[in-house]
Amino acid sequence: MLEVNGVIVKYGNRQILNQVNLRAEKGKFVGIIGPNGSGKTTLVKTINNIIKPNGGSITVDGRSLDTMSSVEIAKNIAMVSQVISINFEFTVEDVVLMGRTPYIKGAETHEDMEIVQDAMKKTKIIHLKDRFVTQLSGGELQKVIIARALAQDPKILLLDEPTSHLDITNQIDILNLVKDASRKGMLVIAVMHDLNLAAYYCDKIYLLRDGDVISSGTPDEVLTPSNIKTTYNIDVEVINNQITNSLYVIPRLEPLGKKTQLSQRDIMSTSA
Amino acid sequence: MPKYTGSVRSVIIALAVTLLIVVVSNTAIGTTNISPVLTAKIIYMGLLECVQGTISWILSLIGIQFDGSTLFNSISPDRTWTDGQEKIIVGIRLPRVLLAALVGAALATAGCSMQGLLKNPLADPYIIGMSSGAALGAAIGFALLLPIQLISFIFATITIFVVYNISKVGGKVPVDTLLLAGIAISFFLSALTSFFLFFSESLHQIIYWMMGGFWNASWDKVKITLVIVFTGILLSYRHSWNLNVMLLGEEQAQSLGVNVESVKKQVLILSALITAAAVSVSGIIGFVGLIMPHIMRNIIGPDHRGLLPASTLMGAIFLVLSDTFARTFPTKAQAVLESNDIMLFQVILERVGSLQGVDLPVGIVTALFGAPFFVYLLRKRRKSLYA
Repeated sequence: MLEVNGVIVKYGNRQILNQVNLRAEKGKFVGIIGPNGSGKTTLVKTINNIIKPNGGSITVDGRSLDTMSSVEIAKNIAMVSQVISINFEFTVEDVVLMGRTPYIKGAETHEDMEIVQDAMKKTKIIHLKDRFVTQLSGGELQKVIIARALAQDPKILLLDEPTSHLDITNQIDILNLVKDASRKGMLVIAVMHDLNLAAYYCDKIYLLRDGDVISSGTPDEVLTPSNIKTTYNIDVEVINNQITNSLYVIPRLEPLGKKTQLSQRDIMSTSA
Repeated sequence: MPKYTGSVRSVIIALAVTLLIVVVSNTAIGTTNISPVLTAKIIYMGLLECVQGTISWILSLIGIQFDGSTLFNSISPDRTWTDGQEKIIVGIRLPRVLLAALVGAALATAGCSMQGLLKNPLADPYIIGMSSGAALGAAIGFALLLPIQLISFIFATITIFVVYNISKVGGKVPVDTLLLAGIAISFFLSALTSFFLFFSESLHQIIYWMMGGFWNASWDKVKITLVIVFTGILLSYRHSWNLNVMLLGEEQAQSLGVNVESVKKQVLILSALITAAAVSVSGIIGFVGLIMPHIMRNIIGPDHRGLLPASTLMGAIFLVLSDTFARTFPTKAQAVLESNDIMLFQVILERVGSLQGVDLPVGIVTALFGAPFFVYLLRKRRKSLYA
């Protein structure tokens, strides 16, 4: 349903994406991984038509984004980006209602409000609905933004590092929520940093380096020590995690043994 | 798409009622004593005549003769006032009060839109150079004896056009660039105005004009300003929701299907037009556009669906009150006017160049009251003023 064909994006003379191809079906959870500066965020922004590609094409259900209005695109694709804070005293409900923007003509309808309530229930933030977004924790705020994206009722949900500044509980909470949305038929495309969470949640992974897709496929196919060595330039061990029944990537760090352990005296002298 | 919570709606209704009361009661204030009740009757009568005239005019367009005098006479108040009183109220005070209300409404609405659009609490209607453009226009107008209102309007509009196009980078207008370009152009135009002032023989007039005031209000000015400001404000309200969405970030707004650049352009043009219309009739009146939105944001929150109309009303109220203060402030020239001493009056006229010296410029009043109040808000909120 989503096809990205040979997409090229340039910032000035610098080429950020070199003919990227991506294909994904509804109901899938697709991860995009790669080191900083590899073009992950650019790729999702291009899929959202926020960045216009310099070459190639993007189609949703066979229709090119070029032929769609921004409102039509918004009805098909929602984006959740990393939100650090909102400085305006909107209530949670107001912000989630903003997800209905592409549908609202004139005034919001009763149906719009029901969808908003539903989105807040799904993301378990209904109890916060009258709170100001300025008073929320990072995890709560991110759920509000996801609720807003769900209220948008998209076919494709894009997430740009949705959990990178959250604690482990919130990370799992939010990824479960998104996984749930994909099980119900949404196509989820998430930029992720944590390779192990990616291995657990993703049906398919695209590995990027310097604007090229180095490898794509199931986690087993992509998360190999050699792929990770070529992209991230670190040595890793990939094992099968018995508990989650998914891959587990462990960096081969030198054990912090006696050799590198600082003596009490060293610490004293460095801090002095 | 109004979805005002109960309190927001009641604040707006309260403001609207207050505005009505303020307009009537302030029209009653002046050197000649006319009671507020009588004033209200005179205004009501004038309004009736206006409505009657409009209806028969519209009906005559479609070929129907309409004589509603019996109907209108039955709802008219008894004529218990003199022609002189009517002349003072309808001919002199009312246009001035209405003009002040319109200019206040325009500046506060434009200020509110600009603060939202630029996401900058310091933004006001003049921030991207409109006032300097208008001032230069006025300076040139005074020097070359051109119609001041028209030429300052044209200059203000040209300024915003220039600033917008300077800031344009590849079809987009980043707000930071817009701000900086506005400041640069502002300084440039101010320098040009000073240059003009230095050589000008109408120094007094230009400086009085720049301090802002309504001493030369007339029904013609009210009509022109009403058309531009009323349309501009109503069209601005259409962007309330989009402004809300854009407050959370332009990329997110774009992702939600808001055509960010188009909204930006439209809001800018509308704000520029109503500001230019206001400045061209009143000179440069500061602080209304900056502070009124802040006061209302403090009371009803950042949702532009309620904030914009509330700011409009508050701006109108504040400027009518300020202008009443300005025109009743005892100045020497006013004392002379009242004493009907023609000789002394002419002496003053000669010295000041025009009747402008009669009133305290309202721009002084708004800043004198506005600035300390702003400081009070700043201290009271402690955290960010903008939240």
